[in-house]
Amino acid sequence: MHRILSREALAPDVVRFWVDAPPIARKRRPGQFVIVRLGEGGERIPLTIADADPKRGAIALVVQGVGKTTRDLNAMEPGDAIQDVAGPLGLPTKIEPGQRVCCVGGGIGTAVVLPIARAVREAGGHVVSILGARTRDLIILEDDVRAVSHTCVVTTDDGSYGQKGLVTDALREAIAKAPEPFHEVVAIGPLPMMRAVCELTRPLGLRTIVSLNPVMVDGTGMCGGCRVTVGGEQKFVCVDGPEFDGHQVDFGELMARLTAYKEQEAVACARHPVAGPFTPAW
Amino acid sequence: MRSMAKKITQKTKTPMPCVDPAVRSRAFVEVASGYTEEMAVAEANRCILCKNRPCIAGCPVEIDIPKFIQKVAEGDFEGAFQTLTEKNVLPAICGRVCPQEDQCEKLCTLGVKFEPVAIGRLERFVADRAAAFGSQSDSGTSPQPTGHKVAVVGSGPAGLTVAADLAKMGHSVTIFEALHEAGGVLMYGIPEFRLPKEIVQREIHGLERIGVELKVNHVIGRTFTVDDLFEELGYEAVFIGTGAGLPHFPKIPGVNLIGVYSANEYLTRSNLMKAYKFPETDTPIVHGRRVAVIGGGNTAMDAVRTALRLGAEHAYLVYRRTEHEMPARLEEIEHAKEEGVEISFLAAPVGILGDDRKRVCAMRCIRMELGEPDASGRRSPVPQPGSEFEIDVDVVVFAVGQGANPLIRSTTPDLHVNKWGNICADAATGATEKKGVFAGGDIVTGGATVISAMGAGRRAARAIDVYLRNPLPDGV
Repeated sequence: MHRILSREALAPDVVRFWVDAPPIARKRRPGQFVIVRLGEGGERIPLTIADADPKRGAIALVVQGVGKTTRDLNAMEPGDAIQDVAGPLGLPTKIEPGQRVCCVGGGIGTAVVLPIARAVREAGGHVVSILGARTRDLIILEDDVRAVSHTCVVTTDDGSYGQKGLVTDALREAIAKAPEPFHEVVAIGPLPMMRAVCELTRPLGLRTIVSLNPVMVDGTGMCGGCRVTVGGEQKFVCVDGPEFDGHQVDFGELMARLTAYKEQEAVACARHPVAGPFTPAW
Repeated sequence: MRSMAKKITQKTKTPMPCVDPAVRSRAFVEVASGYTEEMAVAEANRCILCKNRPCIAGCPVEIDIPKFIQKVAEGDFEGAFQTLTEKNVLPAICGRVCPQEDQCEKLCTLGVKFEPVAIGRLERFVADRAAAFGSQSDSGTSPQPTGHKVAVVGSGPAGLTVAADLAKMGHSVTIFEALHEAGGVLMYGIPEFRLPKEIVQREIHGLERIGVELKVNHVIGRTFTVDDLFEELGYEAVFIGTGAGLPHFPKIPGVNLIGVYSANEYLTRSNLMKAYKFPETDTPIVHGRRVAVIGGGNTAMDAVRTALRLGAEHAYLVYRRTEHEMPARLEEIEHAKEEGVEISFLAAPVGILGDDRKRVCAMRCIRMELGEPDASGRRSPVPQPGSEFEIDVDVVVFAVGQGANPLIRSTTPDLHVNKWGNICADAATGATEKKGVFAGGDIVTGGATVISAMGAGRRAARAIDVYLRNPLPDGV
């Protein structure tokens, strides 16, 4: 059992938890994730490790309530316990010392980008961050990202905060303005956003890393439920990823595969007291 | 001696009662209901107590088969249970899933002229009856603690056997399991209708009772590496029994469409996650009206029979050779046929077709003919040009074999593996070239049987015991 140590609402339907998990807190590197099961009869879902405190033996999880399990989780309070937390899973982000990196976080993807940005900074790199969301309320972790970035730009689709427009607009400007070219872009957020970033950087030959979020069951390479096509080859996101060269990823296939259980997810939400109407995240 | 003088009155096995196919093919109830006491005694009396006792040699964990059967014949079911559990910690499981026709029963003297004694059914009866009466095996009672610590990686049949044997020898044993429940393939792979999960958990609890510690949600290679187990956690020996868990997909178009599964995923969703109870449980599964399972082994039979129980109107098994070459157990093939599985022999998929939502709608297959025997002695299937045909399906499940999971080998650089990624280990002892590390089961042999993994566990436990008592000096 993994006790919830603290709970903090970051945005509507977005909560940051600190969860007791000492071995995972010691071992985890940026880019890795855990598989969580709330209790008996529950499903296994992957969640990125947003931060870790090895001394306290705790990991941070940032959860967006999009379906039955994530909403149940977001309704939990400090002192409650999550039955199963397995990890850290996946390969860590490859961080090379002293690189100029542009980190792009869309919505809840910011929680995944933050530990990577911090690691780039700690490795003596130069960090430019771009955070984007539909509207002001959905921008999360801005202060944390600013604290590790040399430059940080915030965009909202509706212009309610920061620069009006999409992260790709800000990225285009950042690339144009950069005194020296970026070594790479790390883009994490909704699939359409990651795909748009890749379409922008591909003609420039600018290496772009994305973190993929397919359906998973075991998270250890045993079932292939999370398979994606990268550079024409089949990869299992849980053991070969979750990060890949975005220019090689078949986004269309991944987006389709994420809809596999749409009807059943709606059924699970509808019969559930905590849940309101089901709004797919894609 | 009354051996051989005994008169054979019953030439065939006492039949096993089974749930009616029409009922069971739509529910996850156990297919075979097991012997009554009367049936068990009648069957035990068929054993002629022959002098050579060839059956024992056919059992990878060397159960004293004639002794336990004689006790059943005498009505001493408790004594039979104690005899069984001297050698086998998982009798209710083995009695159900062992391919006895290739092991103990294959060598039964009675089987030369008649049907062999139903050793598996008797083992199952004895174990189930003992559980119903709350019997516990005495073989595990408080050995002298040795103070040695052993880590077992993986809680499938190999790991459970190693752990039980070492605990009985007085060593302190911890099992590390990556999933949230112990049992490996017994939990996620073999369906409820062949092996009720309650029985698996009952036998695993028996291990905890003899002092084995179980840590679930621990992914070795990630949460701890093999080296961490020695250096950080102070274990003196490590047994790796992580199985063959990496599914293979053929390189044909359409394998990533929605509704295409590996048998591992399909069975894990259904068995471990209980997707058949959705939405009472949270894990969904695609319910096909027409499901095609590709393969001819036991995993394929489990998947195709699961499809029926999930409500498929047509469950097809597509196999590239003929019934004669099928690796699945005869009993499973017969059960599948009774339940209405439609088998297409000498056919293989060449592509899967999807609709505009990228969901499976059909599968293209090609007819095969058997050619010359290959190196393994089996006749290879040869595709027949121009023989392609399509079948309408909405779920496709591949049960075409599995590879070795890379998590441990990629994080343990000094562990030797062969070209398929299987760990190189001595067949007699399970010893690897890395000091203090032993391995056994499917991670060494590739996909095999539950009982062969248990046999490997038994041999490794003996070798680990010797190693702990006389550790090799460094550099040897």
